[in-house]
Amino acid sequence: MANTQPLIQARGLVKRFGDFTAVDGIDVDVRPGEAFGFLGPNGAGKSSTMRMIGCVSPPTGGTLRILGKDPTRDGPAIRARLGVCPQLDNLDPELTVQENLTTYARYFGIPRRVARERAAELLDFVQLAERAGSKVEPLSGGMKRRLTIARALVNEPDIVLLDEPTTGLDPQARHLVWERLFRLKQQGVTLVLTTHYMDEAEQLCDRLVVMDGGRIVAEGSPRELIERHSTREVVELRFVAESQEDFAGKLGGLGERLEVLPDRILLYVGAGDTAVADVHARGLAPASVLVRRSSLEDVFLHLTGRTLVD
Amino acid sequence: MVALVLPRLVSFEGAGRRSASVAERNVAALKSAYWIVLISGFFEPLLYLLSIGVGVGGLVGDLTLPSGQVVEYAAFVAPAMLASAAMSGALSETTFNFFGKMKFMKLYDGVLATPVQPFEIALGELAWAMVRGSLYSAAFLVVMFALDLTTGPRALVAFPAAVLVGFAFGALGMALSTFMRGWQDFDLVGSAQFALFLFSGTFVPAESYPSVLRWVIEVTPLYRAVDLLRGISTGTLGASGWLDVAYLLAAVAIGLMIASRRMAKLLCK
Repeated sequence: MANTQPLIQARGLVKRFGDFTAVDGIDVDVRPGEAFGFLGPNGAGKSSTMRMIGCVSPPTGGTLRILGKDPTRDGPAIRARLGVCPQLDNLDPELTVQENLTTYARYFGIPRRVARERAAELLDFVQLAERAGSKVEPLSGGMKRRLTIARALVNEPDIVLLDEPTTGLDPQARHLVWERLFRLKQQGVTLVLTTHYMDEAEQLCDRLVVMDGGRIVAEGSPRELIERHSTREVVELRFVAESQEDFAGKLGGLGERLEVLPDRILLYVGAGDTAVADVHARGLAPASVLVRRSSLEDVFLHLTGRTLVD
Repeated sequence: MVALVLPRLVSFEGAGRRSASVAERNVAALKSAYWIVLISGFFEPLLYLLSIGVGVGGLVGDLTLPSGQVVEYAAFVAPAMLASAAMSGALSETTFNFFGKMKFMKLYDGVLATPVQPFEIALGELAWAMVRGSLYSAAFLVVMFALDLTTGPRALVAFPAAVLVGFAFGALGMALSTFMRGWQDFDLVGSAQFALFLFSGTFVPAESYPSVLRWVIEVTPLYRAVDLLRGISTGTLGASGWLDVAYLLAAVAIGLMIASRRMAKLLCK
């Protein structure tokens, strides 16, 4: 695995729009068969990176190689082997569900007969076979998303790029999409996705980078990131009081890190139960106590901050 | 910029096939409602021909062309209506429809994620616009022949010329659409189109305008189209015919180039 040539290789990759730097010199290697995630708040540069990888946005600086080729020179040849599921569905509203797939296949030069067969298979795969003759417009958000994913697979791509594949979907639809993406991964398809859902990243990604302000701030598997940037467990303490701050001082020395939020205090600790016992030993009686395993969300918020980004 | 766009423009390998797939999408999208739009584009110039060409023509009588040949007024107006039918057929496809697909349906964002390139989208959409424009032209030539406003052989020669006219306006319209900010801007296109329709030597010979105005008229694309088609349908085509053909071919090339460059700039940010 370590010796295989990366499918996507970026070095010092930069994207500027006028004075604004969207992507500020990132290094990325995506290996064959892995599911790779770009994690970050809105405006972190994830979509700009995806568009550069999709060969529809020329890089401003640095080098980018996809499937060993240069996107500015070999765009059509690279795109022939990519499947793209953009952040916003851009299905063809004048065509039916099935025609959306067959027409898209024709853009890749796939013969009509093969296109029809593949469309039927893919509609089965994303559970839309019953809606084959329907127009796109009356479909639910989840159905449109699944159709967009099916469309991204019509050319049997080596790499599938998914920009926020489950944003805006209800839980059932999200789980169905995850399950289908997991199956693709099992079939050996390389997945590259962006998300700001931690559970999505933990479920799907073998490896991921956390982006913030156009830069990569952390890199590794979900497990590694949690180990490196958080503790094993987190204790959430809620005190009935005017301010949680008053109690924060009394918790000094407990755990590796302490975070005071308006409604609760987070203690980042190795062993939750021991920490809770220590809290009680200090004569403190929190109204509620929750011990949980540290998640990617803790890593993410720790690295990119809690300030709202629009 | 040039370094980024040129490779997209000059790699023609498979370009024909990919352009055809763009046109093919429009065939798939053809639905019953569309036929009404198609038919209306044919009847409008026909009504003009009958009301002004034949109706007003009865009052005007015969007309002497610059070549000295005398023709009845309807035969003078008919090729101009043919040119304007080719123009409006091509424009409606490459302005409104093209703009809607690009800006609102975001259709091309999806297409550009495939091997298809901006130039090939422009070419494919133009080819489709031409299918539509050619249908109008062919039907209109049949009417001209039936009303004895031209001869069979001349109509056969006029057909490819009308297709060229459609190509030229389609390419120009597409280039123009890439500069449009919203639907309001299309009112300007409509006004310009109507002004061309009225003053391009369509109903009145350009020679009857003051010389400054005449010069302005003669550089407009519809005038060149009318000049070419009238020359063919009345059998009076002179040396200016070559100028017309060169002008229209240049319009196709320039329009396509601007359209594909602008699309690359707008969509491949």
